[in-house]
Amino acid sequence: MIVTTEAASEKKPVEDQSLESVAIRFVGDSGDGMQLTGGQFTTTSALFGNDISTFPDFPAEIRAPRGTTYGVSGFQVQFSSTDIHTPGDIVNAMVVMNPAAFKTNIADVEAGGIVIVNEDEFTKNNFKKCGYPEGYNPLEDEQFQGDYKIIPVPMSRLTRESLADSGMGTKDIDRCRNMFALGIVYWLYDRSIDPTVKFLTDTFAKVKNKPEVAEINIKALKSGYYFGETAELFPVRYRVAPAKLKKGKYRKISGSEATALGFVTAAAKAGKTLTYSGYPITPASELIHHLSRLKHFGVRTFQAEDEIAAICATIAASFAGDFAITGTSGPGIALKSEGIGLAMMYELPMVIVDVQRAGPATGMPTKTEQADLLQCMFGRTSESPVIIVAPQSPSDCFEMAIEAFRLSVRAMCPCIYLSDGYIANGAEPWLLPDLDAIEPIKIEHPTVTNNPDGPYLPYQRDPETLARPWAIPGTPGLEHRVGGLEKQDVTGNVSYDPDNHENMIKTRALKIQKLADIIPPLTVLGPEQGDVLLLGWGGTYGSITTAGNRLRDMGHSVATAHLRYINPFPKNLGEVLSAYRTVIIPEINMGQLRLLIRDRFMVDAIGINYMKGKGYMVQDLVNETLAIMNR
Amino acid sequence: MPDTALPTLKAKDFTSDQDVRWCPGCGDYAVLTAVRKVLPNLGRRKEDIVFVSGIGCAARFPYYIDTYGMHTIHGRAPAFATGLKVSNPDLDVWIVTGDGDLLSIGGNHTMHIMRRNVDINIILLNNKIYGLTKGQYSPTSELGKKTKSTPMGSIDYPINPLSLAVGSHCTFIARSIDIDVKHLNVVMLEAAKHRGTSFLEVYQDCNIFNHKAWFYATQKETKAETTFMLEHGKPMIFGADANKGLRFKGGSLEVVEFGEGTGVTVDDLAHHDETDRNLAFTLSQLAYPDFPEPMGVIYRNEKLESYERMLHNQIDEAIEKKGVGDLHALLHEGDTWIVDDEE
Repeated sequence: MIVTTEAASEKKPVEDQSLESVAIRFVGDSGDGMQLTGGQFTTTSALFGNDISTFPDFPAEIRAPRGTTYGVSGFQVQFSSTDIHTPGDIVNAMVVMNPAAFKTNIADVEAGGIVIVNEDEFTKNNFKKCGYPEGYNPLEDEQFQGDYKIIPVPMSRLTRESLADSGMGTKDIDRCRNMFALGIVYWLYDRSIDPTVKFLTDTFAKVKNKPEVAEINIKALKSGYYFGETAELFPVRYRVAPAKLKKGKYRKISGSEATALGFVTAAAKAGKTLTYSGYPITPASELIHHLSRLKHFGVRTFQAEDEIAAICATIAASFAGDFAITGTSGPGIALKSEGIGLAMMYELPMVIVDVQRAGPATGMPTKTEQADLLQCMFGRTSESPVIIVAPQSPSDCFEMAIEAFRLSVRAMCPCIYLSDGYIANGAEPWLLPDLDAIEPIKIEHPTVTNNPDGPYLPYQRDPETLARPWAIPGTPGLEHRVGGLEKQDVTGNVSYDPDNHENMIKTRALKIQKLADIIPPLTVLGPEQGDVLLLGWGGTYGSITTAGNRLRDMGHSVATAHLRYINPFPKNLGEVLSAYRTVIIPEINMGQLRLLIRDRFMVDAIGINYMKGKGYMVQDLVNETLAIMNR
Repeated sequence: MPDTALPTLKAKDFTSDQDVRWCPGCGDYAVLTAVRKVLPNLGRRKEDIVFVSGIGCAARFPYYIDTYGMHTIHGRAPAFATGLKVSNPDLDVWIVTGDGDLLSIGGNHTMHIMRRNVDINIILLNNKIYGLTKGQYSPTSELGKKTKSTPMGSIDYPINPLSLAVGSHCTFIARSIDIDVKHLNVVMLEAAKHRGTSFLEVYQDCNIFNHKAWFYATQKETKAETTFMLEHGKPMIFGADANKGLRFKGGSLEVVEFGEGTGVTVDDLAHHDETDRNLAFTLSQLAYPDFPEPMGVIYRNEKLESYERMLHNQIDEAIEKKGVGDLHALLHEGDTWIVDDEE
């Protein structure tokens, strides 16, 4: 729908320009509602039919002092008429709510890009707070004026004026500035305001029972939209046509949501109940938020007293027969490592979610990284292998959450689901899956003893998978004990026998490797053999894939492949690696996958390693790859 | 019709095929015997019982009981027990633990399982020493305790397990003695019947590294003077001649003689009230040699709902309100759009 005003008819029509894709960033103070604003623009664009990819970027401080640079919160979304995989390297348009946001973000805007500024916040006092020198106003800086299309709008004043009759206080009115800004942007990109009007009505009027708050926000949104239309600030209006996506029904989904839905689906496909135990930690807490709302699916959520309690409760829930999950980030994995080792020793299925963040130690909790790979692979006492899968995008989380359980129950071994903040917080369109097409997960809990003449044998293995039976309390005749002491194979009794110990270590590793028989082979995008393979894993999928496309468009022999299964690797990985002259592994770490690949396949892989707390710029990947190729 | 009648079980039905490997003369044997005797009297099926332990001598317990069992991680048994009950509230879950396991490395989990009132039983085998690691002082060791790690004496003030339990809102708190088999059985049965977290401290003798630590309270010659038996509604009396008692003076208790010629009658003595939390704390603080130490049920509160029941009630309530979750509807909820054109 297009909102029209009477005033509009008096104006000369603005020029329309079509663009393939636009990356827009909303930046302001933590309290300015930038995440909500960006989220709304994303939903509206998705509903319009664009492909989308988002990057929310916010500080760990909940409300840092207003106006400071460390309190700046941002949300970037790329919306496109073509298939895209990243939120965009360069920002085409930016909405800036205060000088601190301007200072920290302006460098990311493309030359000639649009910068819409709330000029009311560009005050002496605020310049001082964000550390601009006295007497300096960036809006008057000739260099900025030359580099960008800076459009100052008195948003605070206009919002107040438009809501002067609302009877609401200044504080409530000022909170609507973000909607005024969103209105302007909706006009500029020819978007309907309807989805946001519906959202505001649903959220404030229906759920929170504050219709007056919904009303002023809607009015501010409309005022911004009309302002864009009538103020003649923009000579051009931009259109980004719907993307040609695969046929079907879509919704916008974040990685955290998709993970939660995947787990619920996995449980349903197995006829099991989900039990999630976790301790609050950024950026993994979203998962317990989503799952705790799904009690009518029988989902049990337990907020434990600490990370250790959460893994222990998860192990116990698995022993009791549930699909058990715990979720955390790197520091939590460190705390859980003893528990994960025990779970591996018990040989029980469960999923441990690691939403990686920038470390080490507390690091940068709201920023992303891929540096927990080796911790997850090896970070336990002795030989303690576990299964590792890694989703590659927000929507892929759904499938990989199901895969995590499928593999875990098949091998009776814990599975680490290695996600990251970029995937968990990012959002993209999701083609809704056909539930009937998802394979059931077969679970067998024994009901009769495997040893009628003596005690039950809890470690008598399936000859094909080497998995032990999953006998659960409540089953008569199958009483048995599990423990962290080394156990005799078959009987499960405590054993210090040297040969048995070596056999058990090898068996626990082998049953994971046997999973390679059922996981899909690694697929390659681009030439099946050639000069370069860009190999990645996790949240870098979008950047690597886009970089590969770009390099091929430039005529280079470059393929890309992304590992979603890390332990075990897909069976054909060695073959794929050997088909290229150079293997390059971009990772947001010092080269952890590279270390595994070099060790396992003796391939002299080269790393492109960034550790900046955010994803790769596609152009950087392209340049680095070219530099390696030209060596 | 399924057979729902409970089988008649005996102590030997709960005896696993594993050899017990504690040191000869260890107090743990008596507790193991008591547990095997109590279990058949609970009206529970064997397959519904799970024994959970952490690490330590006491933690070998599950291997010796023929039920389901988990020998877990040092200090973490309460977290495992909570997970079991969250998954399956119908299980009868027991934690057998030691003073190092429960009160040192596992102190955090102890506090939280108690405040949540998870319906499980904790048996603390308190021997005031680290036995499995061969004789370091524990969090219940007395100040000045000379051990391998404290040759000049421990400088840690000890923790009081019962006071910790009261402070953590544990809903059943009791104490007994390893060699007083009869009393141990009675109290353990009470603990097992309690709906909510039950906590039973057992004075247990480590005859290798801390022998005789509890002798003042456990030996025939002295126990009448150093301990007293609590009975709900009854006066607090002790002494070989049963002529001493505890009387309230202000907010605290004092030792008095009563009876003829003392000017104190039995009615003047403090009477035990298992439901009084303040009294429970006062009792938990009574310590030898200034006071006789209370044995039996110190506190009992049957009124609080357990954590796992409330958790499952919320699930029932959610299903009642929203109906059983529809996966297809869940996936398709919120704003969706259709793409018609093929790529």
